[in-house]
Amino acid sequence: MSILAKYKGQEVSGVSRIEGPIVVVESPGVVGYDEVVDIYDEEGKIRQGRVLEAGENFAIVEVFSGTTGLSIDNTRVRFQGRPLRISVSSEMLGRIFNGLGDPIDGGPEPLADKYANINGLPINPAARKYPRDYIQTGISTIDGMNTLVMGQKLPIFSGNGLPHDQLAAQIVTQADLGSAVDRPQSQTTEFAVIFAAMGIKHDQAAFFRDTFTKTGALSRVAMFLNLADDPPVERIVTPRLALTLAEYLAFDLGMHVLVIMTDMTSYCEALRQISNIRGEVPSRKGYPGYLYSDLAQVYERTGRIKLSYGSITQIPILTMPNDDITHPVPDLTGYISEGQVVLDRSLFQKGIYPPISVLPSLSRLMKDGIGAGKTRADHSHLAAQLYAAFAHVQEIRALASVIGEEEMSSIDQQYLAFGNQFELGFVRQDHDENRSIEETLRLAWKLLSMLPLEELTRLTADEIDQYFGKF
Amino acid sequence: MAIEIGKIIWVNGPVVRVRGSREVRMLEMVEVGEEHLIGEIIGLNEDVMTVQVYEENSGMRPGEPVFGTGMSLSVELGPGLLRSIFDGIQRPLPVMERKEGTFISRGVKLTSLYRGSLWEFTPVIKEGVEVSGGAILGSVPETNALEHFIMVPPTLKGVITWIAPNGQYKLEEPIAKLLTPSGEHDLSMLQHWPVRRPRPFLQRETPNELLITGQRILDTFFPLAKGGAAAIPGGFGAGKTITQHQIAKWSNADIVIYIGCGERGNEMTEVLQEFPDLIDPRNNQPLMERTVLIANTSNMPVAAREASIYTGITIAEYYRDMGYDVALMADSTSRWAEALREISGRLEEMPAEEGYPAYLGARLAEFYERAGKVKTLNHRQGSVSVIGAVSPPGGDFSEPVTQHTRRYIRTFWALDKALASARHFPSVNWLNSYSEYVDTLNDWWTAKTGYDWQELRSQGMEIMNEESRLSQIVQLVGPSALPDEQRLILETARLIKEGFMQQNAMDDVDTFTTIEKQIKMLDVILYFHRRAEKAIQLGVFASALHSLDVVTTIIRMKTQVINRNVSQLDEIRAQIDRELSELEQQYV
Ligand SMILES: Nc1ncnc2c1ncn2[C@@H]1O[C@H](COP(=O)(O)OP(=O)(O)O)[C@@H](O)[C@H]1O
Ligand SMILES: [Mg+2]
Repeated sequence: MSILAKYKGQEVSGVSRIEGPIVVVESPGVVGYDEVVDIYDEEGKIRQGRVLEAGENFAIVEVFSGTTGLSIDNTRVRFQGRPLRISVSSEMLGRIFNGLGDPIDGGPEPLADKYANINGLPINPAARKYPRDYIQTGISTIDGMNTLVMGQKLPIFSGNGLPHDQLAAQIVTQADLGSAVDRPQSQTTEFAVIFAAMGIKHDQAAFFRDTFTKTGALSRVAMFLNLADDPPVERIVTPRLALTLAEYLAFDLGMHVLVIMTDMTSYCEALRQISNIRGEVPSRKGYPGYLYSDLAQVYERTGRIKLSYGSITQIPILTMPNDDITHPVPDLTGYISEGQVVLDRSLFQKGIYPPISVLPSLSRLMKDGIGAGKTRADHSHLAAQLYAAFAHVQEIRALASVIGEEEMSSIDQQYLAFGNQFELGFVRQDHDENRSIEETLRLAWKLLSMLPLEELTRLTADEIDQYFGKF
Repeated sequence: MAIEIGKIIWVNGPVVRVRGSREVRMLEMVEVGEEHLIGEIIGLNEDVMTVQVYEENSGMRPGEPVFGTGMSLSVELGPGLLRSIFDGIQRPLPVMERKEGTFISRGVKLTSLYRGSLWEFTPVIKEGVEVSGGAILGSVPETNALEHFIMVPPTLKGVITWIAPNGQYKLEEPIAKLLTPSGEHDLSMLQHWPVRRPRPFLQRETPNELLITGQRILDTFFPLAKGGAAAIPGGFGAGKTITQHQIAKWSNADIVIYIGCGERGNEMTEVLQEFPDLIDPRNNQPLMERTVLIANTSNMPVAAREASIYTGITIAEYYRDMGYDVALMADSTSRWAEALREISGRLEEMPAEEGYPAYLGARLAEFYERAGKVKTLNHRQGSVSVIGAVSPPGGDFSEPVTQHTRRYIRTFWALDKALASARHFPSVNWLNSYSEYVDTLNDWWTAKTGYDWQELRSQGMEIMNEESRLSQIVQLVGPSALPDEQRLILETARLIKEGFMQQNAMDDVDTFTTIEKQIKMLDVILYFHRRAEKAIQLGVFASALHSLDVVTTIIRMKTQVINRNVSQLDEIRAQIDRELSELEQQYV
């Protein structure tokens, strides 16, 4: 019995059409849009689905685990009269579930504290609390230049074969709420972690499980795994289950929850598959026109609210097909999320870990999460100066590749030296190197001190007096 | 009262088909299903109507009843709009929060404007006077920042038979009686207007005053006139929202309507929490006192997102009709267009480009045409300026929404991914942006500042254009191949970029620049350029200019010289003279 709540409803024998993961049921009686459905095959085995379209005498149903083995005449469909719900409880931490929420770790069904609709409801913007508390990740390019804030949705834009899993694991392992957090003494200082896998490989899932085990985090992690060989349509449900649990832990129990979702590209491909089978008018690259709204319903389930101490921070991971950041999946994600951390193949090939390309990366919530009393007063200008200087390095590198480094002016050569040191001494760090924010800022000043004073126009004269050349 | 007009026969997300009465009208507001969810009739075919539902409707079933209201989708207009935050169909979000809690649930019926408040009404009209639509009956101090004028509804005309005396009244209490050919009407401070119909005015006038935004590259280089329409296209992270927020904060409009249309919840929360604490420099009142927020975020129902734009612009026109200058920001119009596309797709309409319906251009035109500077029905002057963010997929401006929008706006602020990556903000690309108001605003600038703005502006633009040409050469052969006069162009262009165009919204001083300071800053930079040209003729190397102290002074003047002390900028001229003369002496 799945933790997806089961209810009695009306039952119909036989379906009129089966195509891909979709079945069409004639004369289903009164059926509601988005209602959950149990489908019994010839042997009486159950699979689940949901109503995509409800007419007077037909219903179009998507079957999460696919339609393989279903037949027209011997399939029975039971409509549940309710939307898809999940039972949630704090006992789910420390457990592993499949993509539909059934335990797969051999343990018992967790007891339910509460049942909740997996679609959730939009948070009223007037009920939100604007996120302002930063999370130290120990990674310089994030803490120093793309600061993560509690309650933020900050995806990692990656490519096949790039070390996004290592980076996400490092963030989970090192994430530190800092002291700025307004939480009651009774609350734990540690994150609860919810891990939702959509279409990733077994070894990737194993990597995360091993990491959580090694660091002793497993007891506060709930994993929902839909792997590469699991039914694609199930993926549409998986992140919603994960976020329903996250909302319960964060907003009912007041916990700080970090949600890792990977790979959002597989999720979107599943949506595309359903859309194409239904013959919907596509927008770009075959993806449905509602991809933005659909993704928003996943990503916007993040943040803080006035009525709870808890928070939901999302780190979705997606692989950019062909490393193309304009592909609809990264593009629409970037339009919804509060920034992005972009991994770069050429940095990876240079042997730099984490291969974070700072220029296209962004944290939109950084501005309110840093500064005096949080990180340090000079942080904002310092980050802006690093960006400006490194952007200039890119121009000079392009020029140097044409006219040769020897032909460059002495200022330009200083920039080139700065650029190399930036990548080797600031971006690069070890898989388990956990830098404090002070250390990150110190490294930044040390780097900038390689440039002539008059180049540092983003910093104030006072800041330069205080820190320039001091490290 | 709502009467049953039919039964649902088909549900596909927010689009529902209903069979029943033929006595309904297009765009009539209906209540759908047993939960009475709000919807609107968007198609009629024999006895089948197509309805879009403005609330989340999972579980809705064929067979459920649908009720008519006899009204079009309308907004409530009256005192109490300011300082509010509504959803796309004008439900007050804070009230909803108090009633329903943190999450937006469905089937909630709320009046848009709070009925309980007492408003201090002062009549300005006498009994026996003949009036027509728009005539002002009296006024109410709606906030400390704004006098709200109560007007005769635009469609009515007659003789005032009674006017309420000075005093406190509730929104729905009569404050006047109007005798019309169809009988006597009670007029209250509350009115309704259908959102899809533009409110009438007497005539359009030429927008010839600057909408001051305090953002240098906008005001000085690509200005928007009050009553004009502008678009801000840009990929994600290019700075559309921050630019919109900056305009909402600092522009010299009397009223600001900010529509968060299919964007982030946190961005609306930010405005909601920040604006009450920000002080409008012009009247020392909190900025919230002149602001109406409309939030239909990306995860809220998509049909209400489509409506949010119309809700916003109707409220804007209402304040325009009182004689105010209103600035409306819509972030983002692309999400609105996508809502159209989503609904259209579920209706299985024939798509035109990229799945958008063929009427996309027409709808955009209708929206932007509601901007304008007008003579109002009561012979005042009012304006609605519209600033629409556009979110092109992949940042590619050739897509349908950007292209159609271009036809209906006259100021185009093209945001540039490369500039944003280098943290050059606002990332307005000076080569691709334009303003068609430059000629009509020239007199205004001259009258306000005494400078020949158009001349300074075109000198600045010329340097930037020349720089772009020279940069291409530099990329091939390096800067040392250029003669010194041309290297000076590169240096001056750097001053314009770093010292003038780049403007940090997070910096207390830099966030807003008065037009007096703007024009003087540009003047200083151009003075440096002319003075350096002379020095170069005397043999000074262009490479020597880069490390002059005055160059740093110029780059820092935006934050070092506060708005009130613009005369300090004159001292920089003296510094330019001094340092360049010294340099010349070293060379001669
Ligand atoms: N004028 C500005 N000053 C400083 N930072 C800016 C400015 N404009 C944009 N930014 C930076 O760019 C980020 C993205 O801007 P935003 O307006 O949210 O982009 P968009 O709406 O186009 O996606 C902001 O979080 C901020 O860090
Ligand atoms: Mg934005």
